[in-house]
Amino acid sequence: MVRSPTSRQLTGIRAAVFALCLIPLGNLLFDAVSDSLGANPIEAVTRALGDWALRLLLVTLAVTPVRRLTGLGWLARLRRMLGLFAFFYAVLHLLAYVVLDQFFAWDFILKDILKRPFITVGFLAFILLVPLAVTSTNAMMRRLGRNWSRLHRLIYLIAPLAVLHFWWMVKADVREPALYAAVLAVLLGVRLLWWARARGLGVAHAGPVAKRA
Amino acid sequence: MWIKPPADIPPSEITPAEIYRGRRRFMVTAGALALASGLGQARAGTLLSSLRNPTYSVDEELTSRKDVTGYNNFYEFGTEKDDPARNAHTLRTRPWTLRVDGLVRRPGTWDIDRLLRLAPMEERIYRLRCVEGWSMVIPWQGYPLDVLIRAVEPLGSARYVAFTTLADAAQMPGVTRRVLDWPYREGLRLDEARHPLTLLTFGLYGELLPNQNGAPVRVVVPWKYGFKSAKSLVRISFTEREPPTSWGRAAPREYGFYSNVNPGVDHPRWSQARERRIGEFFKRPTLMFNGYAEQVAALYSGMDLRRFY
Repeated sequence: MVRSPTSRQLTGIRAAVFALCLIPLGNLLFDAVSDSLGANPIEAVTRALGDWALRLLLVTLAVTPVRRLTGLGWLARLRRMLGLFAFFYAVLHLLAYVVLDQFFAWDFILKDILKRPFITVGFLAFILLVPLAVTSTNAMMRRLGRNWSRLHRLIYLIAPLAVLHFWWMVKADVREPALYAAVLAVLLGVRLLWWARARGLGVAHAGPVAKRA
Repeated sequence: MWIKPPADIPPSEITPAEIYRGRRRFMVTAGALALASGLGQARAGTLLSSLRNPTYSVDEELTSRKDVTGYNNFYEFGTEKDDPARNAHTLRTRPWTLRVDGLVRRPGTWDIDRLLRLAPMEERIYRLRCVEGWSMVIPWQGYPLDVLIRAVEPLGSARYVAFTTLADAAQMPGVTRRVLDWPYREGLRLDEARHPLTLLTFGLYGELLPNQNGAPVRVVVPWKYGFKSAKSLVRISFTEREPPTSWGRAAPREYGFYSNVNPGVDHPRWSQARERRIGEFFKRPTLMFNGYAEQVAALYSGMDLRRFY
């Protein structure tokens, strides 16, 4: 049996994860200062921030399955921070688009959101993330009670929208979005399987059924 | 003492010094090139001198050579913008031949050295507008494609010109993945191909084309989105029917045969109204036919450019 970290150790782990999550931003700032973002720096910044928003969204979604498979219950205590970092990079991604790419050309931005499906779904994913970030505090969790977890199930909609946002943007080479889609499929698939098992549904549940029989 | 020039020579007859020097430079370079190619050493970086053609050059700030040669779409070498610069060194541009066939009186195979000597090199400073929404200004070296077209004498039945890019997985790592329908194919209507702006291109920034920019020979069609300007050509074919194109096959709704730069006709997934000039912060408005409307609009008179996008 793996021992859970003490609260002091957990503080250290949290600090390390926090620092780790800031590395992509640090990298971007370093590249910007050293002029190594390439010929199209605005595109490079926007894409990198979007990449990290999506990656951290998937990491957040991975916490529960990993926790259940490994029995490392304390991992759940990193989930909020990871989720908030996903939101942090999503905010920066949106800001890069609004400020650097469009420079507040609101008419163009509005048209993009309404007319370009890949931007529509990306924007929708962002909008849906906002209430999750706002209700991430302990006080909010207490206030919302059971509704908190209901609300936070929105993540199961947000993550597919985010992958779709990437997929629809790509011209021909869908390798990268396909990889994210595959990871997401596993993360959601595991949950579906567990959910089905808990209700005694499906065919892939040798365990409980065998016992009952 | 001031010697008055004879009045019977109009100033327009006197060769300007720049052109005169340009001619000399061209002859010197032609000699150097002949020498270089004779030794089989003409490769990217070899000087390729030319005379600027001001009629077909824009007076805008050039995109840096670093960006022109480091930020490319050339999927045969990978789909990331820096892949071609990283991977294209494996392309062998010598020996190289270009097959010209189809509906012509004089089909045949052209060696790259023969092509290089077919006509004097001109420098053309063109805008390049990528369908993705970015643009550059590039000094190309080449001569009008029409020079070659005249040499092969198209038949009256020829209405289109089809271009084929090399597709050799041994030299082009991107070809092993079927991102597009290889070999890369593009096409123009014959009158578009014969337009004086359509350049058979061998160099940029005064040197033979770097591999990642489509060495050793490509076409540049400045009023169309960049993907219409096929690179590393191995075949030019004259046809009666509109030839299929690689991007047209990949996504017919997104990449039409004409693909003229048109700020009024959006790509189904993004706006084409503005573009980011590489090196600039603010987007600029995209110009009709990429700013070449005066020269090319007549090619499309009476055509619905929304339908023929």
